Amino acid sequence: MMGQIIFFCLFVLAVAIFARNASRIYKNIKLGKAINRNDRPVERLKLMFLIAFGQKKMFKKPLPALLHLGVYVGFCIINIEMLEIVIDGLFGTHRVFSSLGSVYNGLIYAFEWLAFAVLFSCIIFLIRRNALHIYRFSGRELKNWPKTDANLILIAEILLMTAFLFMNAADFKLQQLGHPTYHTAGAFPVSQFLVPLLPESASALMITERFCWWFHIIGVLAFLNYLPISKHLHIILAFPNTYFSKLEPKGKFNNMPAVTEEVKAMLDPSLPPPTGEVSRFGVKDVQDLTWKNLLDAYTCTECGRCTAACPANITGKLLSPRKIMMDTRDRLAEVGQNMAKNGDFKDDSKSLIDTYITREEIWACTTCNACVEACPVNIDPLEIIIGLRQYAVMEESQAPASINAMFGNLENNGAPWKYAQADRANWRNE
Amino acid sequence: MENQLHIPTVAEMIAKGERPDLLFWVGCAGSFDERAQRITKSICKILHHVGIKYAILGTEENCTGDPAKRAGNEFLFQMQAMMNIEVLNGYEITKIVTACPHCFNTLKNEYPNLGGNFEVVHHTQLIQSLIAEGKLKPADGNEFKGKGITYHDPCYLGRANEVYEAPRQVLEVLDADLVELKRCRSNGLCCGAGGAQMFKEPEPGKKDVNVERVEDVIESKATIVAAACPFCMTMLRDGVKAKEKEHEIQVLDIAEITAKANKL
Repeated sequence: MMGQIIFFCLFVLAVAIFARNASRIYKNIKLGKAINRNDRPVERLKLMFLIAFGQKKMFKKPLPALLHLGVYVGFCIINIEMLEIVIDGLFGTHRVFSSLGSVYNGLIYAFEWLAFAVLFSCIIFLIRRNALHIYRFSGRELKNWPKTDANLILIAEILLMTAFLFMNAADFKLQQLGHPTYHTAGAFPVSQFLVPLLPESASALMITERFCWWFHIIGVLAFLNYLPISKHLHIILAFPNTYFSKLEPKGKFNNMPAVTEEVKAMLDPSLPPPTGEVSRFGVKDVQDLTWKNLLDAYTCTECGRCTAACPANITGKLLSPRKIMMDTRDRLAEVGQNMAKNGDFKDDSKSLIDTYITREEIWACTTCNACVEACPVNIDPLEIIIGLRQYAVMEESQAPASINAMFGNLENNGAPWKYAQADRANWRNE
Repeated sequence: MENQLHIPTVAEMIAKGERPDLLFWVGCAGSFDERAQRITKSICKILHHVGIKYAILGTEENCTGDPAKRAGNEFLFQMQAMMNIEVLNGYEITKIVTACPHCFNTLKNEYPNLGGNFEVVHHTQLIQSLIAEGKLKPADGNEFKGKGITYHDPCYLGRANEVYEAPRQVLEVLDADLVELKRCRSNGLCCGAGGAQMFKEPEPGKKDVNVERVEDVIESKATIVAAACPFCMTMLRDGVKAKEKEHEIQVLDIAEITAKANKL
């Protein structure tokens, strides 16, 4: 009974804290500007199924894709087991689903292998991340906390799966001993090999089984609450993020409607001047981004495929698309905290540009879309970079001198170089 | 030969009471850059050869605004776009071929919302369809037969608009030894010129993007790298020069290759 009460309290507490954190993140995402991504729902669903459920873009790199698939499928399916653990915990039952008989045995059989797959993949991931020199796992933005964060997640998954397998092994051994609570149920293709490692006495086995059970469930609840402060939210947000993807060609950049109005009025003085107040052209801070940009930032799991594909980054420039996403998320979290503390946003003399992302970074971009293409969950760092450039150019007139010269040529002679408009067709005679 | 080719402007055509079936959007590089002018002329030769009634805008053409837009100057972009749309709509242009993937992308994707609705194709797409229709056919014993040729995907044709097959199909009819670069199609590496980089010095780094790209070309062992963008052309040629490979590796546009193969 005591166990049930403790379990109930822990469970409710964990869910409540998670709900609070989730609503905080939702609120932060809503700080972004409006953009319509609700059209063509069938196409969007298809995209979500292919890219998030089907992990289509992951398979550009088959080895990590297979390992990740193991963790992903394992994670999703072992959650059925979580349901049983929660029911057992709340009602004091033991393996409540075992009445399903052979179906249950089949499920446990599958869970065991999946747990092994998760364990195996996570160990390989740890090695890849820390011992092998893989380009996308280096990089200046992946030092300190982000590096620890990634390792913590992998270690947590390894510990959870180990506890799960030892729990089963102890249960299996108790079943073999004929313990009354531990009726014969399940199939243990993996954990049977752990049985020799366990103590012989029934009481020690029960302690082991209970310890692993509690460790597993508390671990899962803790992990749930670790998600919102980690890079790991992609396990949830990958789905909405792919659903709300840009459906137009990657080369198509949005035309700013506020600019259209002004340009129309400039070209045709008979038109009334634009009425809509535009607070700012381009992106200075996270509030100037769209909610999709902000959702992108929370979805990013810092895998670095974007950065490893970025022509600027791989030739040693400061720009890293992954850092653009991480900076956006970190600044957004900071703005969210600021608003929670002060009721409304109180100027902190910081901004996404300069405080987080430098001019050198944004001007190194070739707008080649390699980062957008590389992202397995359709994050678009390029849109943020262009937004920052728009702010630098249209609000501050602060572009590199040669870019300003190009603008001047465009305005004066309709070409980015200093050639006379009248000479445009001279090539015909040369 | 080149001087015999008469390339009319839309204005000239209309003055004669005619109209073009196709507008050839030459682009700034194609108009002013000496190397790109040769691509322009190759396209004209092809259009002339197949007998398409085409014209250029000549001095009425203005930059599409692409470099301004990618550099964040939305005002300048939209000014350029609206001026061009006014000219194009004034001439009731319906179909456009471009020699530059940047012009192609901008005209095709970013003009409709500002009132410019045209059917826009890139020259590699047009050439591919002409080959498919049997209007273009490499001459017997064309000079590319058996040569090692690779293709560099321009970002604004490939990833930006998912045109991967047309340029490859144009090369396939040459009976050449075609080889892909290790980073190709949707994984293609940029030449380094996009996003207005063409008009500025690169930020400090370990090396230039075009050099990184030319290393892919060298690795492929191809002796000809086919381009489909005047900016890529410049960057690849500079990269080949930086690697001192100009005697071994030739950079040619798909249009130039087609014109030569057809002995135009």
